Amino acid sequence: MNDKILETKDLSVTLEGRQVIQDISLSIERNTILAIIGPNGAGKSVLLRTLLGLVPHSGEVKWQKGVKIGYVPQKVSIEKDFPLSVIEFLKLKKNADGVEDALQNTGLKGHQILHRQISDLSGGELQRVLIAWAIIGNPDILLFDEPLTGIDIGGEETIYHLLGKLKKERGTTIILVSHDISVVYKYADTVLCLNKKQICLGKPNEVINKDTEKKLYSELEGFYKHDHEHHK
Amino acid sequence: MTNELNLLSLATGIFVGGAAGYIGSFMVLRRMSLVGDALSHVALPGLAIALLFNINPFIGAFSFLFVATLSIWVMEQKTTLPIDTIFGVFFTASLAIGILITPEAELLEALFGDITKITPIEAAVAIILSIVIIAATRAISKNELLGIISNDLAISEGVNISKTNLAYLMLVALIVALGIKAVGTILTGALVIIPAASAKNIASNFRDYSFYSLLFGSLSAVIGIIVVQQTGLSSGPVVILSSVAIFILSLIFKKE
Repeated sequence: MNDKILETKDLSVTLEGRQVIQDISLSIERNTILAIIGPNGAGKSVLLRTLLGLVPHSGEVKWQKGVKIGYVPQKVSIEKDFPLSVIEFLKLKKNADGVEDALQNTGLKGHQILHRQISDLSGGELQRVLIAWAIIGNPDILLFDEPLTGIDIGGEETIYHLLGKLKKERGTTIILVSHDISVVYKYADTVLCLNKKQICLGKPNEVINKDTEKKLYSELEGFYKHDHEHHK
Repeated sequence: MTNELNLLSLATGIFVGGAAGYIGSFMVLRRMSLVGDALSHVALPGLAIALLFNINPFIGAFSFLFVATLSIWVMEQKTTLPIDTIFGVFFTASLAIGILITPEAELLEALFGDITKITPIEAAVAIILSIVIIAATRAISKNELLGIISNDLAISEGVNISKTNLAYLMLVALIVALGIKAVGTILTGALVIIPAASAKNIASNFRDYSFYSLLFGSLSAVIGIIVVQQTGLSSGPVVILSSVAIFILSLIFKKE
């Protein structure tokens, strides 16, 4: 199988004179899940945004022709009392044709959630709504940036379960950013360990070991056994 | 005071107030509440120069606003400077200069406006421009809203954020120029912000929110003008106090 949906070569980003990511070369095949892990400030979110073309960079980002991309950002600025209902938000999408379908896939259909105020949603509910947004129009690939806070563990597991389901049922390719290593073992086909540089790339069981883990989280001993709720 | 004047100022108030409230709804969500204030200050020197050279004050005010808006937009694009600091210095300086050069006889009206003195032509222009502002704001509202929620989401949807922002700021400049006739330089910011702030207290979706913003803007103007006609008080402050009264009521009915 050689159906590469995305390839990057020597991808580097410098923001305000500071090198944020350096020489990332990776490729991802259709219908696989790539997880990007690394400590805070490792450049995970920047890498996602760079793939989307939102950040000036050097090196190459090569998408397969005609690929449709869905994006779930780490956070959205919806403050308290923001007067917008869930359905109004989803209808902001340029081509809001597949709203029903997307909702069904995220398990939101039939819920009263559609007419709730978006600022009243829990972290997990908002995450689902953002995923629904991203998969409207059935994208070939979903870029999912994990939120730092605000999602209970139960909710979080369901979100990853949902991502796994999308891959299985829709054949969606997924790139997800995570700081939770158990997610990687459970769902990812490939893992990229990132700490500004590319520290490992490959199958989780093969490339994550004491050595890479040490390089990745030099300040956090024994991270991979760590309870993900408590680490920073 | 004749009935004709009464109707003219009421009609103008309904449209200008409504347009100000509607466009203000995005300003409140963008947390730009003070920009309207700052902008109205920058209009004063333009107003003064127009008065000195006997040009239509609206044109004087708007040309200054146009330049100021463009510079805000450029600053937003090009610098990482704290923009509120630049605003603070630049715009209060404008106010000071404006007060110095405005002919004394006109100063009070420039500062606080007088919608009851509006001429039929001014009223017609104000009403037409208000309708244009509402329609144009509505046309960019989806992009604007998405940009407020997330720049990245908007860009990944193909929205040109900086163009949308420029269009929006220009509409704000236009409404500020109109608002100056109605409530004056000092209070125009309030005309834009307070109706939307009230609407936000009671609306839980965007449709209601923009509707109430527009309604409260119109209502403030109408109540204010009626009170002015009964009492002979100065129109600008009374219109703004009406909107404050609506704001207080909205707090009482604030949704949980």
